[in-house]
Amino acid sequence: MSEQIIEKIETLEKKRDREKKEKEHVKTSVVLKVFRANRSAGENPHFDSIEVPVQRWTTVLDALLHAKQYKDSSIGIRYSCRMASCGSCGMKINGIPRLACYTKVSELEGSTITVEPLANFPHLRDLVTDFTQFFAHHKEMKPYVRNDDSDMKQTDSLTEYVQSPEDLDRFLQFSYCIKCGLCYSACPTVATDTKFPGPQALSQAYRYFSDNRDTATKERMDIVDDKHGIWRCHFAGSCSSVCPKGVDPALGIQLLRGHLLGFSRNEKKIAEKQERLKRD
Amino acid sequence: MEKLSDRNNREGIKGWLNPSRYGWERVSYWLQRLTGVGLLAYFVAHIFETSSLTQGPDAWAAMLELTQTPLGHLILLLVIGMSTFHSVNGIRLIFTQGGKGLGNPGRPDYPYDAVSLNYRQKSGIWIALILAGVAMLYGASVLFGGE
Ligand code: HEM
Ligand code: SF4
Ligand code: FES
Repeated sequence: MSEQIIEKIETLEKKRDREKKEKEHVKTSVVLKVFRANRSAGENPHFDSIEVPVQRWTTVLDALLHAKQYKDSSIGIRYSCRMASCGSCGMKINGIPRLACYTKVSELEGSTITVEPLANFPHLRDLVTDFTQFFAHHKEMKPYVRNDDSDMKQTDSLTEYVQSPEDLDRFLQFSYCIKCGLCYSACPTVATDTKFPGPQALSQAYRYFSDNRDTATKERMDIVDDKHGIWRCHFAGSCSSVCPKGVDPALGIQLLRGHLLGFSRNEKKIAEKQERLKRD
Repeated sequence: MEKLSDRNNREGIKGWLNPSRYGWERVSYWLQRLTGVGLLAYFVAHIFETSSLTQGPDAWAAMLELTQTPLGHLILLLVIGMSTFHSVNGIRLIFTQGGKGLGNPGRPDYPYDAVSLNYRQKSGIWIALILAGVAMLYGASVLFGGE
């Protein structure tokens, strides 16, 4: 009964959400309110208002590039792929962390768009922030498959790791992360704790944890099981609500914590046990 | 001269204060913290209140008088609401934060709805809010109902 009610609410809400998202706010021009400051020159921040013409398909990045090309060439932006793949163009758009190339002007209400640098990242200039610390947190998680049973140098005994589609599904979505930092910018714990690895890094720890080719489970668990580690996540869910790639970092973090607490089945251990039973 | 903290650009406590930008889960986070701290304050005040008994029945009676004022009633009403929300939502969070009731990883597909922000979780938050409201209504009817 209650499951059905929840399902009904879910379909209704999702439909409303989709309609809201797909509703076009048609306009022919917008005013970009751009955050400006060159920090190394010691400038105080201010906003520049720049009017640019837009079409239905114009993204915020398109609009910014138009402004840069025709109005003020000194605007600092970072971008590369223009197709939500490289993760360079993250910025706060109307107060929420988003990819500029993945946000259409027509999905935003009003005719003024405020663009600011991502919060929680050290600010460099205009819309550009410093990702050094963010990448360092990612690196801390040893983001690569490590298998102690394999020896890459012994080429004659190299074997293939068979992975079933089910094995793949356990980690695939987490491997879609483009390291854009939107989740890091939305997280309320990152907002106050510089040592907290953040949603991106923690969900990458889960990505390798749940990969059955990887054997560095204990090592990675020891890294996240820290005073400033995984326990500082309080499931505010904001990371998952801003992630543009469907990574759902909050899911990865809670599942990893479930394993640390011994709440969840450990697929790797079960597989190992079955192997051993077969052998004996 | 700019402060280094400006450049660092962390949202700080300000990041906690506005729960409206990111959906129900952020509201839950904010309320759980607010009610947790509120209950802690009540807990300390409560110990102080009941400890007055050691100074004899008169001190105790004087302390009880304080809670019989409209403001005292209002504070008790708030405590009823806070404790109901905090414990109901707290029980949900114990499961959630242990990875239960969140759904399974799968193949992401546009528009990329995150499974962890599902409606079983959201309805848990709503139920906690509704129960807190009901408890406060009942509390109000007892406290302000008169005899
Ligand atoms: C049925 C009783 C209770 C339950 C099930 C419960 C559960 C919880 C849970 C699950 C959290 C969240 C932890 C997290 O987000 O990681 C929490 C936080 C907290 N609780 Fe309780 N709690 C209860 C009673 C109390 C009482 C009586 C007090 C005060 C004396 C209290 C004070 C706090 C505080 C200060 C926090 C911290 C808020 C935060 O970290 O955001 N709780 N509680
Ligand atoms: S988890 Fe999502 S929001 Fe976070 S860095 Fe990766 S792609 Fe970006
Ligand atoms: S420009 Fe590559 S993600 Fe936006």
